[in-house]
Amino acid sequence: MSILVDKNTRVLCQGITGNAGGFHTRQCIAYGTRVVGGVTPGKGGTSAEGVPVFDTVAEAVEKTGADATMIFVPPAFAADAILEAADAGIRTIVAVTEGVPVLDMVRVASVLARGRARLIGPNCPGVITPEECKIGIMPGYIHKAGPIGVLSRSGTLTYEAVWQLTRLGLGQSTCVGLGGDPIVGSSFIDLLELFDADPQTEGVLLIGEIGGTAEEEAAAFIAGDFSKPVAAFIAGRTAPPGKRMGHAGAIISGGKGTAADKLAALAKAGIELAESPAEMGAAMQRALARAARPEQRDGRVG
Amino acid sequence: MKIHEYQAKRILQQSGVRVPRGVVADTPQAAANGFDELAGSLAVVKAQIHAGGRGKGTILEHPEQRGVQLVQSAGEAAEVAARMLGQTLVTIQTGPAGRPVRHVLVEQGCQVARELYLAIVVDRAAARPAVIASSQGGMDIEKVAAENPELIFREPFDPDAGLMPYQVRKLAQKLALSGPAARAADGFMRALGRVFAGNDCSLVEINPLVVTADGELLALDAKMTFDDNALSRHPELAALRDISEEDPAEARASEKGLSYVKLAGNIGCLVNGAGLAMSTMDLVKLHGGEPANFLDVGGGANVDQVTEAFRILLEDGDVKAVLVNIFGGIMRCTTIAEAILAAYRSVGFNVPLVVRLEGTEVDQGRRTLAESGLEIISADGLTDAAMKVVAAARG
Repeated sequence: MSILVDKNTRVLCQGITGNAGGFHTRQCIAYGTRVVGGVTPGKGGTSAEGVPVFDTVAEAVEKTGADATMIFVPPAFAADAILEAADAGIRTIVAVTEGVPVLDMVRVASVLARGRARLIGPNCPGVITPEECKIGIMPGYIHKAGPIGVLSRSGTLTYEAVWQLTRLGLGQSTCVGLGGDPIVGSSFIDLLELFDADPQTEGVLLIGEIGGTAEEEAAAFIAGDFSKPVAAFIAGRTAPPGKRMGHAGAIISGGKGTAADKLAALAKAGIELAESPAEMGAAMQRALARAARPEQRDGRVG
Repeated sequence: MKIHEYQAKRILQQSGVRVPRGVVADTPQAAANGFDELAGSLAVVKAQIHAGGRGKGTILEHPEQRGVQLVQSAGEAAEVAARMLGQTLVTIQTGPAGRPVRHVLVEQGCQVARELYLAIVVDRAAARPAVIASSQGGMDIEKVAAENPELIFREPFDPDAGLMPYQVRKLAQKLALSGPAARAADGFMRALGRVFAGNDCSLVEINPLVVTADGELLALDAKMTFDDNALSRHPELAALRDISEEDPAEARASEKGLSYVKLAGNIGCLVNGAGLAMSTMDLVKLHGGEPANFLDVGGGANVDQVTEAFRILLEDGDVKAVLVNIFGGIMRCTTIAEAILAAYRSVGFNVPLVVRLEGTEVDQGRRTLAESGLEIISADGLTDAAMKVVAAARG
C-alpha cells in the first residue's frame, strides 16, 4: 500500500514535447512509471518518448484510461492545464511548474474545491511511491520502499531527508513534495489524513520551512487526530524577516511564519524535532523508537 | 516587485481610489513649483524610497532632516527638497547604509479627523485575497496584531467577483464609519480590491487611511508590491521597476536566474534548492558560524550560472570561506564539479572552499575535483561540511 500513486497508476505528461517534460517523462518511464500518453495542444496524433500525444486531456483520458498527470507547461499556462486535467476526470494532478502567479492559484483552488481532483504543487518535485511509481523530478535511486511517509514543502531538502532515511534502512511508503508557493493544492493535513489511513505507513517525516502557518495547522491536527509517530524539521531558523528565501512562500512577513513559532507548535504536539538538517533521519528513528515504548509515550506533552 | 509611493498613488488615482493631490519633483525648483501648483497654505514633502519608517528616518548627510516634512511656502519646499534629493535616507527598514533619494512627492495637506489602517494581501489559509482593516491607523500594524488582535478585521474576497458591498458595510461598522464616511468607504475599498486583483498585487497597504473632517476617505500613504510571477502580463507595471533600490549583487543574481540574499555573516553558501539552502544557513549557524548569504542556484543550473554565483560570493569582501552544498538530483554532481573548475579558472579563489557533494554522479564529481589539484576541502556529510567551513572561516 501507499498513498496517491502505485504500480497501477496510469500517468499522462502535460507539456511532454517541451524540454523538461520530455526529459522527465523519460526518467519516469525508466523508473518504471506507467506513462501512457502526453498532451500538447496542436501536436495530437504524433508521439513522444514512445507514447502517443493528444491535443486535449479529455481525449487522452478517453484513449488511455489515465488517472494521474504531471504538468510541465510554462507558468502562464499552468492554471489552464490544471483545470483541464480536473475537468477531464484526472484524480491526481502533479504540477511541477515553478512561477505560477498567485492569483491564478486562487482561481484554481476555488474551482478544485468543488470537485474531486487532488492537486499536488505547483512548484514541487512531485510524488513517488518507491519501486512502483515516480511522478516528478526527484532522483529515483535515493528512494527505497518501506514504512515512512515523507511530506515536504521543498525539493532538494526532501532528497536529503529521503537519502538519510534510506541509509538508515528506513524505506518510504510515499514521498510528497507539496510545493514552495504561497497557495498550493494540498496541505500537510490533506496528506496526513491519507497516511493515517494507509496500513503500510508506520510513521511520517514532515519537512517544513518558514512562511505561512501550514506547519502550525499540521501540528494541531497531529496533536488531535493522528495516530502514527511523526518527526519534523523546519528550514529557515536563521532567515531574516521580509526577505524571500527563494520560494515565493518562504518569507517571514508581518511577524508571522517564523521557524521559532513553528518549532514551538510542533514540540507542543509531541512531534520529534530534528535540530539539524543532518539529523532528519535520526529524528524519525527516535520517533519510531519512542512510539514502540508505550511508557514513554504517556509522557508526551500536548 | 516594489514601487514608489508616488507610482502607487498614480495607479490608485487612475482606479478611483482617492489620494491627496500631489506633484513629483526631482529638483528643488520643481518642488517649489509643485507647492505653488497645489495652491494651498501648506504641503508635505516626502522622500521617495522603497522602505517604510520615513517620517522618523533621517537624511544621512543632514541628520536634522527627516524623510517627511510639513512646509508652508514654495521656498521652504525647495529647501527641504534640496536637503533630501541626491542624499541618503536612513530608516528603521533600510539598515545603516540607507537608500538614495531621487524623487520627492510634494503633497497637499489635509484636515485629518481619524486615521485608519487598510491593506489587502493574499490570505494563504483562505486561498483568497483578504482586506485587513484596523481602527489603529498610522501605527505599526504588526504591534497592533500582537497586542490588540481584536482591533484587526479580515474580509477575504473572490478576486473576480470583487469585494462585495456587504463586506464593506461589515468593515465600516467595525471601523465605526457612518454617514458620508461609510458611503465613501464603499467606493474606496471596492476600488482598492479591483486594483489588487487587476494588477496581480501581492500587497496594497494604505497606512494611514485618513477620514477627513468632511467625511472623505483619502489614502495618505500607499505601499504596493506586485507578484513577480505575474509581471510578464503587466509590462506597464514591470516598467516601474527602480533598480537603484535593489542590492546590486541581488539584482545581478536575479538576472542570471539565481536567488541570492545578502546577510551579515562571513561564510558564503552556494546550494541547489531553496529549502536545502536555508537549511545550510541554519547548519552553519548551529556550528557557530554566520552565513554571509542565502544562494540557491536552482535545480538545473549550468556552468555559466554557477560561475556567476561564485563571482558574486567571491566579490563580497565579507566572505572568509565558501561552502558548496549540492544534493544532485536532476543536477549532476559532475556538472557542479566542472563548474567549480571553470569558476576557478575565470574567477580564482581567494578564500578556502569546502565542498560537499551528494547524489547523482557523485563519485565521478568527487574524482574530478580530487584530480584537478585545486585546494579544495572536501566534506563527507552535512555536519562535517559545516564544521569544516566554520573552522576555515576562523582561519
